[in-house]
Amino acid sequence: MNRMRLAAALAGCAGLAVLALLPMYADAYYLALAIGLLQFTVLATAWGLFSGPTRYVSLATTAFFGVGAYTVAVLGELLPWPLVLLIATAIGALMAVIVGLSTLRLSGLHFVIFTFGLAELIRQLVIWYEVNKTRVLGRYVFVDITQKDIYWQLLVLAVAVFVIGWLIARSRLGFALRIIGEDETVAKHCGINVTIAKVTLFAISAVFMTLVGAIMAPRWTYIEPSIAFNATISFEVVIMALLGGAHRLWGPALGAIPLTLLFEFLAARFPTASTLIMGVIFLLIVYALPAGVVGLWDNFRRQWRPQRVEQGAGA
Amino acid sequence: MTNAIFTGLMLGGMYALIAMGLTLQYGVARIMNLSYGEFLVAAAFASYWLFTGWALNPLLALAFVIPAGFGGSLILYRILLTPLVRRARTRDTLEVDSILATFGMMFIVQGIMLSMFGGAYFSYSFLAIPVSLFGEILALNRLIAFGLAVAVGLALYLALTHTRLGTSIRAVAVDPMAAQLVAIDVVRTSAFAFALGGALVAAAGVLISMFLTFSASSGVIFTMKALIVVVMGGVGNLLGCLVAGLALGLSESLVATFVDPGLTLAVNFALFLGVLLVKPAGLFGRAQR
Repeated sequence: MNRMRLAAALAGCAGLAVLALLPMYADAYYLALAIGLLQFTVLATAWGLFSGPTRYVSLATTAFFGVGAYTVAVLGELLPWPLVLLIATAIGALMAVIVGLSTLRLSGLHFVIFTFGLAELIRQLVIWYEVNKTRVLGRYVFVDITQKDIYWQLLVLAVAVFVIGWLIARSRLGFALRIIGEDETVAKHCGINVTIAKVTLFAISAVFMTLVGAIMAPRWTYIEPSIAFNATISFEVVIMALLGGAHRLWGPALGAIPLTLLFEFLAARFPTASTLIMGVIFLLIVYALPAGVVGLWDNFRRQWRPQRVEQGAGA
Repeated sequence: MTNAIFTGLMLGGMYALIAMGLTLQYGVARIMNLSYGEFLVAAAFASYWLFTGWALNPLLALAFVIPAGFGGSLILYRILLTPLVRRARTRDTLEVDSILATFGMMFIVQGIMLSMFGGAYFSYSFLAIPVSLFGEILALNRLIAFGLAVAVGLALYLALTHTRLGTSIRAVAVDPMAAQLVAIDVVRTSAFAFALGGALVAAAGVLISMFLTFSASSGVIFTMKALIVVVMGGVGNLLGCLVAGLALGLSESLVATFVDPGLTLAVNFALFLGVLLVKPAGLFGRAQR
């Protein structure tokens, strides 16, 4: 088993090296596609970090994404890039703590409703601020960042989200969250501070979403509230995570990759029918694959395991 | 000031009307319908189509659109939602499943409307006649819509409190398990309540189309407002719906008049959170054990 793990780790490192070298060989189209894939992988995995164990369906992805993008739009030219990212992290975490403290004590349903409107709310506040205070709607992002830089940053972020997700699952926090997901009352009786655990995880997940928004912002060069706070991103992320299966760390990524490719294809071929097709896919997943691809894989393994044991006993 | 209050009351009446159907669907049938606003917009488009294509008075169009809404919702419940109700072990899993399923439905209905009508805004002029009331000028179509909303709300309230079917609907809303013990067919009553909610949202869509501009993608806003009103008022409670709707409408119009029209949504959310932090079950809701 140890040798298997070593091999897996080596394969992971090799894969990562190939991914890191990709921009050297790929042309602009494939680089853009790879950026899209990484973007949704990070977003869906970050979504699953919080919504997987706690089973709160969050529709706030685009709110954090947009806040990250706007941070870059406002500060990108004034401060050095790492500092901008750091500030985006802080803003995302602060916002998540405020939203989390005020809504995560409510039932899961109220949380869905609130996050459903959060992006719209923040968009309205940004528009109000821009119209009344700065008197311009829309900003230009002129920072010295190429597509390759965006790709590498997203790759680092993707590695970070998996490492942190893995660490959380092995920490006290992860254990507490699994209990909360199973039964919140039991968790409270075990002496777990339910609110702090949920808010912490929500903030971690939100920081990743904010950073993706910040990293992606230079791609647009022009940003206005309706671009940065595009509600479709929230919906797509939920579909992806559900297809993959949100209760495993690597589940959402399994959904993000095929669906990003599919949406890309649909946007190119059937731009008018993409909403309709997205809805049909969503329904198919909910009815046919309630536990996602990961659920299928678990079922498959469960059926396969006992046979192997029998063979072992015979030999 | 009086103008702001009048506008607020009208708006609030409209919110209450929109939310009544959802409170039935969610409170009785336990289906958290995120595609609710899409059905409202679909009814608005039906009314638009009947008015421009067939020169049919929207008030007469109600006679066609309401039964269509009832039948459509019944079929939807039977085909799409009953499997989820059967699959769900607890109320919580049904809630999450219904959120996700109706979420998909939202995209489908929206996609169909987008392909039929495109993304443009639609409106038609019906009874846009100024009427003077208590020294304030109001549009006749808004007044009629408000009056009908009040009538529909009153009729629904009486039906729920004074008929046998209404009583069984309320019983299912309180406790589906106990309702079975007194020989209420919970599955059929739930289906009926869901369909009744569909009929109400169709009526709301027609009434709103008389004075509001709408587009294929504006359903989300209606869903959001309806959800806020339903949860704030207490799930399954018509009186709560009315009070919460009026509070929302009044606060919105007062803020739009005296502070800034760009901050109405912020007020909605502040009110929503404020109420829920003090009374998690809503203004008129009973705390769940």
